[in-house]
Order: sequence, then C-alpha cells, then structure tokens
Amino acid sequence: MSVWNKQRREDEPSGPFSTNSLRPAPPSQPVEIKEIKKEATTLSSMSSMTVGRTEPDTLRSGVATIGKAVKIVGEITSREDLYVDGDVEGTIELMEHKLTIGPNGNIRAGVKAREVVAMGAILGNVEASDRIEIRKDAKLVGDIKTARIVIEDGAYFKGSIDIVKTEPKAAPAPPRHQPATPTPIATPVPAQVGVAEAKR
Amino acid sequence: MLRDRLKSILRGPVAPRAAGPPAADLSRARPSAKSGKNEVFRTRTSRGLEQFVGGLNDLSGLSILDLGGANQENVNFITGLGHKFYSEDFLRVFQEIFAGDPADQSNPSRIEYFLGQVLDYPDEQFDGVLAWDLLEYMEPALLSAAIDRLARMLKPKGYLLAFFHAEERLDTVPCYSFRIEDVRNLQVCEYGKRTPSQLFNNRRLEKLFQKFESVKFFLTRESLREVIVRK
Repeated sequence: MSVWNKQRREDEPSGPFSTNSLRPAPPSQPVEIKEIKKEATTLSSMSSMTVGRTEPDTLRSGVATIGKAVKIVGEITSREDLYVDGDVEGTIELMEHKLTIGPNGNIRAGVKAREVVAMGAILGNVEASDRIEIRKDAKLVGDIKTARIVIEDGAYFKGSIDIVKTEPKAAPAPPRHQPATPTPIATPVPAQVGVAEAKR
Repeated sequence: MLRDRLKSILRGPVAPRAAGPPAADLSRARPSAKSGKNEVFRTRTSRGLEQFVGGLNDLSGLSILDLGGANQENVNFITGLGHKFYSEDFLRVFQEIFAGDPADQSNPSRIEYFLGQVLDYPDEQFDGVLAWDLLEYMEPALLSAAIDRLARMLKPKGYLLAFFHAEERLDTVPCYSFRIEDVRNLQVCEYGKRTPSQLFNNRRLEKLFQKFESVKFFLTRESLREVIVRK
C-alpha cells in the first residue's frame, strides 16, 4: 500500500461519520447537520467512497462529502465546499461555497450556495449567487436564481431561470464611514416585472 | 453559381459543406460539434422569431416559456433581453407518457395528466411561449386541449411561436431542435425523421388558433410554416 493511502486512513476520524462519505469539517469550518435521519447505511458501503472515481481531486482537497449510500433528512449548512452523491431531503445552505451534486446524488431540498454543479437530480429551488452548472445527465426540477448559468445539452430542466445581475463588489469602506443607507447589490427581478407590466 | 445553389436547396437537407460564403436564408450547414449523433446544424433567418421578439416591445422582466427544453443558447438569449426564462421539456414528457401510442392521446384522463405535467401554470402567466414544432407531434384531441391550455396561460397580447411543416403529403418529416442565435437567426438542428401526426394548411391553422386574436404565417425555404399568434 502506498504512503498516500496510509496517510489518508490515519486522517479518517472515528465515530458514526467516520468515513470519507461524510467527513466532519475541521472546527474552523464546521458542517452543521440538523435532524439527521440516517437510513440503511453500512460502514463498508460508506467507506467505499465511490465518489472518488468521478471527482478524486475534490476529495483530496478536503471537500466535505456525502457518499452515495447515505441519506440525510434535515438541514445542512456548511462553511466549506460540499459534494453530495447520496440522498438529501430538507435544505442545503453553503452560502459562500460550492455544492456539487454527484451523478448518484438525489436532492429534494432547497439549495443556497455560491456555486452549484449538478450531475445528479435536484428537486427544489436553487439559489447560486455566482453560477450554476447543469451537466448533461442532470435532472433539475425547480426555480433557479443565479448570476450565471451553464446548461449542457441533454440535461433535463423544468422550472424558471432568473438571472440576478450582481454589481461588482465595492472596495470595503473604512469602519468609521458607515453609510446611512445600504447600497443595493442587485435590482430585484420582481421589481423589473412590475415595471414591465406597468409599461404594458 | 445560382443554379448550383438552387440545386443544393432542392436536394433537401443540406450536407455539411467544406467552405463557402453564407447565403441570406439558409446560410450554412455544419455537422454537430456538440454530439456524436448524426445531427446537422444550420443557421437560417426566422421571420417568426423576429416577430416574436419584436412583439415583446423592448420590455424587460417578461415571462417567456420555452417548450423545447432548456439549451444554453435560448437561455442566454431570453435572459439577455432581461426576461425570466421558463423551461419545459415538452417532447421528452410527451414521449414518456404516450410512448408511441396515438390512441392514448384521445383518452381524457391521459390528456389531463400530460397537461398537468408540462403545462401546469396559472392563467395569464406568460408574455410569450416558444412552442417550436412540438404541436405538430400531437393527435387532434390532445392538440386541441394543449392549445386551449396555452391560450389560457398567455397574457392578453402575448405571443406564441409555432412551426408546422407546409408540405401536406409527407410520410416522414425531419425532427428539429431550435436554438436562438440572435433576434432573426435560428440554429436548426436536424436529428432524425418522424411520422407526422397531422399536417396543416393555412386554413387548418387558422381554425386551430381561432381563439387567438391574430395569426400570421411565414413560409421558410425548408417548407416550414412559421406561425406567430397573438392572444
């Protein structure tokens, strides 16, 4: 066995989530999972880590991962990138991070993330503040709100796409200069609809 | 040169050409660079699309439904105009539900189930609907129910763009998918043949869309009738 493999095994934490399938985050970047119902998950199946075959680089770089034999019901919030190849029902929030739904991933949840890459199935609304990528075998049923979108041919998508144009972030102001009113980041789309209808 | 060009058009679907300047209407053909299937992409002008986009009156924030399934080009174009893009993969659901059994398309419960899957929207939700050539796949009972539903979903003065084959005696017609290149140009991807459920002349089309306020036709060189209807 190579030194690499040995190193990875030593890093694996112990406990109910002591596999690469659902790796607890370091204290500085916690993944918070509330109301978890774990169903029919064997240790061997969890440790098989088949997601590694599709995106091995993400595993090595310390992305939190939910393996294909794991089912979670509840809320997931994370302060690091997350790879989901199992089933999730509830909500997923990774406000400043990237969510990747693997080919076996099956999400029935509202999703909020900076970036979303869908290779599996999502049933729910998705808000991706930066971008969303729907790969060719993905299936997404829900409404999308994002700044940029990539849809590959062959992807199934049912729902609406709302492009939210974000203005470039201004340089951080010194603390003593507190603006009296907050600067709007983007024009809300419902307002645009209202304007358009008024013109009509 | 003009004679050669006419011959090539009359020969039917255009084979990929090595080189040559684009013509005005059927400008270029190219093998698909996007998949390994026997698909041929061409770009041609579309008066119907031009009218459809023109009908939006430079407004933004409108709701546009594309029944052809989402593709990058159409999403970019519609959202680039500032509109909200809605997508339904009409043909995929149609094929899943009816699976090649035309008799099922007369069954009221199956019709209702199908419409509930693909056209389940509130009344007057959309300012425009891109139906492409999908209405032509349906048998009369299903088509009539679908048109009724589409008419309800459109806002007053809303537009619907649909394509129909103009030849009335055809055993097979090409299957197309459509991608918007710009306001007046469409990429047409031909990917096979199918047996048409119905073929329409102008009179039948007028009857089909009698609930709408106006119906306009544009005939393309591919013998497609582009129909733009306004509620």
